[in-house]
Amino acid sequence: MRVSLKWLSEYVDLKLPPEELAHKLTQAGLAVDAIVRTGADWGDEIRVGEVKTVEPHPNADRLRLATVALGGDDTRRVVCGAPNLAVGQRIAFGAIGAKYRDGHNGKYGTLKAGVIRGVESAGMVMSEYELGLSEDHEGILELPADAPVGQKLADVLGDVIFELSVTPNRPDWLSVLGIAREVAALTGETVREPSLEFEAAGPAIKGKCAVAIKDPDLCGRYIATVVSGVKIGPSPQWMQERLIALGQRPISNIVDITNYVMLEMGQPLHAFDYDTIAGHHIIVRRGRSGEAFKTLDGEERELTDDMLAITDESGPVALAGVIGGLDTEVTAKTKNILLEAASFNGPNVRRTSTALKARSEASTRFEKGLPPELPALASKRATKLLVELCGGTAMQGAVDVYPGKQREARVEVTRNRIVQVLGIDPPTAKVRQVLTGLGFSARWVPPDRYVVRVPYWRPDVRIDDDVCEEIARIIGYDQIPALPLSAAIPAPVVQPRRELRERARDLLAAAGMRETISYAMTTMEILERVIPKETLAIYPPFKLVNPLTSDHEYLRPTLRASLLMTLAYNARFQKGQIAIYETAKTYERPDERKRVQGRPHGEEALPVEREVACGVVSGRRADRWGRPSDEDVDFFDAKAFVEDLLRGVNVTAEYVAADEFAMLPGRTAEIRVGGVRIGVIGQVHPDVATAFEVEQDAFLFEIVLDDLLMHVGDQRKAGSISRFPAVEQDLALIVDDETTAGALQNVIEAASLVRAARVFDVYVGDQVPAGKKSIAFSVVYQSDEKTLTDDDVAKAQRKILERLRREFNAELRA
Amino acid sequence: MPNDAVTQLRTEARKALDAAPDQGALDAWRVDFLGRKGRLTGVLRGLADLSIEEKKTVGAAANALKLELEEAFDARADTLRLASLTKSIETGRLDVTLPERPHLQGGLHPVTQLSRKILDAFRSMGFSIIEGPEVELDHYNFEGLRIPADHPARDMWDTFWVDEEVDGRRSILMRTHTSPMQIRFMEEHKPPIRIAVPGRAYRFEATDTTHEWMMTQVEILAVDEGLNMGHLKGTLLDLFRRLFGQERQIRLQASYFPFVEPGAEVAMDCYVCNGKGCQSCHGSGWIEMLGAGMVHPEILDSMGIDSRKYTGFAAGMGLERLAMQYYGVPDIRWWYQNDLRLLNQF
Repeated sequence: MRVSLKWLSEYVDLKLPPEELAHKLTQAGLAVDAIVRTGADWGDEIRVGEVKTVEPHPNADRLRLATVALGGDDTRRVVCGAPNLAVGQRIAFGAIGAKYRDGHNGKYGTLKAGVIRGVESAGMVMSEYELGLSEDHEGILELPADAPVGQKLADVLGDVIFELSVTPNRPDWLSVLGIAREVAALTGETVREPSLEFEAAGPAIKGKCAVAIKDPDLCGRYIATVVSGVKIGPSPQWMQERLIALGQRPISNIVDITNYVMLEMGQPLHAFDYDTIAGHHIIVRRGRSGEAFKTLDGEERELTDDMLAITDESGPVALAGVIGGLDTEVTAKTKNILLEAASFNGPNVRRTSTALKARSEASTRFEKGLPPELPALASKRATKLLVELCGGTAMQGAVDVYPGKQREARVEVTRNRIVQVLGIDPPTAKVRQVLTGLGFSARWVPPDRYVVRVPYWRPDVRIDDDVCEEIARIIGYDQIPALPLSAAIPAPVVQPRRELRERARDLLAAAGMRETISYAMTTMEILERVIPKETLAIYPPFKLVNPLTSDHEYLRPTLRASLLMTLAYNARFQKGQIAIYETAKTYERPDERKRVQGRPHGEEALPVEREVACGVVSGRRADRWGRPSDEDVDFFDAKAFVEDLLRGVNVTAEYVAADEFAMLPGRTAEIRVGGVRIGVIGQVHPDVATAFEVEQDAFLFEIVLDDLLMHVGDQRKAGSISRFPAVEQDLALIVDDETTAGALQNVIEAASLVRAARVFDVYVGDQVPAGKKSIAFSVVYQSDEKTLTDDDVAKAQRKILERLRREFNAELRA
Repeated sequence: MPNDAVTQLRTEARKALDAAPDQGALDAWRVDFLGRKGRLTGVLRGLADLSIEEKKTVGAAANALKLELEEAFDARADTLRLASLTKSIETGRLDVTLPERPHLQGGLHPVTQLSRKILDAFRSMGFSIIEGPEVELDHYNFEGLRIPADHPARDMWDTFWVDEEVDGRRSILMRTHTSPMQIRFMEEHKPPIRIAVPGRAYRFEATDTTHEWMMTQVEILAVDEGLNMGHLKGTLLDLFRRLFGQERQIRLQASYFPFVEPGAEVAMDCYVCNGKGCQSCHGSGWIEMLGAGMVHPEILDSMGIDSRKYTGFAAGMGLERLAMQYYGVPDIRWWYQNDLRLLNQF
């Protein structure tokens, strides 16, 4: 909403400088986003002039010479190119030194004395564009005929415009009068209501026009007035200026009056051509399926029974509160006006205007719920203007059908409630002063309460806490003290899943990975790179109805694609090692078989959100100087991060070679805990990597934290530290190719006296038979009870070997 | 004359010792002069052939010489050790400005870091950290918060709708704020309540340098007996001071959110210019921080919490714009672009 302070000052005295007023309004909830000054640069050089003579330019066909009077004896001769220049006009005259906007480059400059085609020009007759008022280049600005000659233009046309953000609970602030009321409350001034007085010289309206409301749930009031014999033409200059100042385009006097009153009082109005209304009979009813008519934007609109239509005896003539009909609109030939001022159901107007994509100044006001008292006032105001500005004659009275009349709202507020909510206890006199200033009436009923009558324009105030807010915002939120939270701290509520995710986040970062955060939506094409089509068919990812772009259409059921995209993006700039991860939700279709039925509000239809940690490692390790070395990272770099994470939460995992979609067979493993899968790790299939434009080996892991959660170990307890020496021995084994180091290690570490075993060499080649490999372990033997003898160690090793031979056909390497 | 032999030996030994260039030569010298078969031992052995008188004088001189030479040996050894240390210090001098041996530098995303700071502040004020679903039901995101269908306030939250229907109605959406957790939490828990809810939220909104469609929010909710707007103000002021310094000031302006009454927009004086107005705060001296208010009594009542007995406050803030200011990033879209050249700086 824009408001002109000039217009505003008609209803309330503005004694504060604009900045101070803007600050007060903003503090009270009517945010002034910008203050725009028109005419601020005009200074003394631009004044009102009267065109005295216009003659042809001796040397140019398109230019003319004009003499302009500036009051007293002061006349100037200027060269002017505007076609609409005429003797007797009041115009804006820019003298030498005036600031103006250059029509060629749009830049502001200072007017200099000059000779144009051989004739000296002492200034300039200015256009709206040159004055910076509008983008209109066409001709000079014509001022009202009563503009005082010689006056500074800034005094005549200058204005201050507030650009306001109006919250949806305050449709009254979508009007100059409503803003005036707020200003009055904040500055202690009184509001001057606009005049509603006019002479109705026509016949009584009874019998000339009828109104019936068939659906009073959607239309609480409908007032029709008739003005006959109007002359269609432009509206007066002052009205046009006000409309322009508030961002409305002047159209014709009739339309301008309806818009003017809407801006002035907040009530949208509609003017019908009285003679086109069949039977002069307005019937307000729900639309009927199949019913259609042309609205004044030329669109053919089909009605539904959810829409409220204004109809006459032959059919729809308007969509209530949204848009008028083409056939009944006011045209140049219109003689008689039927003026509608009505109260429509807000949600219904919103639904209709949204469905038809026809939201307008009118519908955005109606949808916020306008009070039914307002149409009566706006109807009178507009009828008055139709009579006074369009030469019309008003019929006497109005047709006023008012099924939605409500009792005046009263709210009781106790003093205790004010203290309970606001933490302050303003004196009774102050409370009453604040409320009275806002147009409420407040009666103090001893010992403890106020009875507050709410003015019609404030239907948003319904309960005592609403009144508390009114008191607080006018007194000022800055009067509320800042208090510490002093009550006892409630018992903590812990979400283990969240705790695990935050721990995982920290552990991966500490291990050297960089956290990324990526968008939660992606495309089907990208998902198909990392999830089999069959799976996507059985569990289709959730889709947005209204994605911002097609790049973000589907909710991701995996983080893998996001990480690979982030890798691809960064690999372009960075040749060294990249180790990135994200912890985020995946959104999966709930398994129909596991659906929990009967949860409230359709809860079971929501996606299953699982916490997942996903990481990607790629590129070359750094050398001593941090430059990429010749060594590429591999599977085991990725595994190190996974192990850091799992160790951090006290989980021991097994890695079981597995095939996984989009991963390279033979270089991929399931991560299992207690035999149950918690994630996957492996090399991204080169074809998949290429699809993401990753042209280097990439190693990825994905751990479903929700699955890991149940395995998170208890607090680790300290093991014994033996005071007897440990004996370290190497154990080189020859085993079949398919035997895994992990299986051997499990056997070795299970043996008595073995404290730890770790692989230190793997060999395949000429030194071992075909189909075999050598794996060497460094085994640490130690006892808590004694110093081990060579014999003890030899015996232990013999037992280990026996078991390895039995279970894995392992041989000691010679 | 035998005393001359001792004198002679002394001269030779001292000369040889001073000439010993290193530890090896020193050891050889020791064997030569002081060893079991060394020359001084030789002199002592030769005493047997001498008279008692001579034995006395020569013996005393030889013993004195032994002590003297042992001391001289130690001193020379010290000198040599020091010299060699000095030399090794000279040759081993490091250019300490050379770069460290690199290892992978991990780290949290700056938005995560900022979120942690905020949550730490709230946690120390007794708030539990709670999260909820990102894909929500209309019921929790809007209706339960007093924003029914066709309510004009829905325009305040442009919404991504999920293409699913529940009982013939489209009612699943990407949550537009973290406020649904107010309802979810109060369904399960009764006062006293003090929670902070971090999480992602989504707005159907065109992006530019200060608008992003995915955002991180932190919401707080406190419900108890005796909580009023002063406590809301105090809690937020406490947050600002913990994050941006003890001198921070708070400003509340009236505003409207359907789920609070009274409602407020909350700003903090700019920590860069201390409220004087600078580039960082666009000259206003204030930084818009969050929306807040007293929990609407109808919401408390709908949760089975008596609004005449209990009152509460709630506040919600988006982190990305604050993070721009905090970390000096000019474009909000940089946060989720995941350019390591940016992330590695934090």
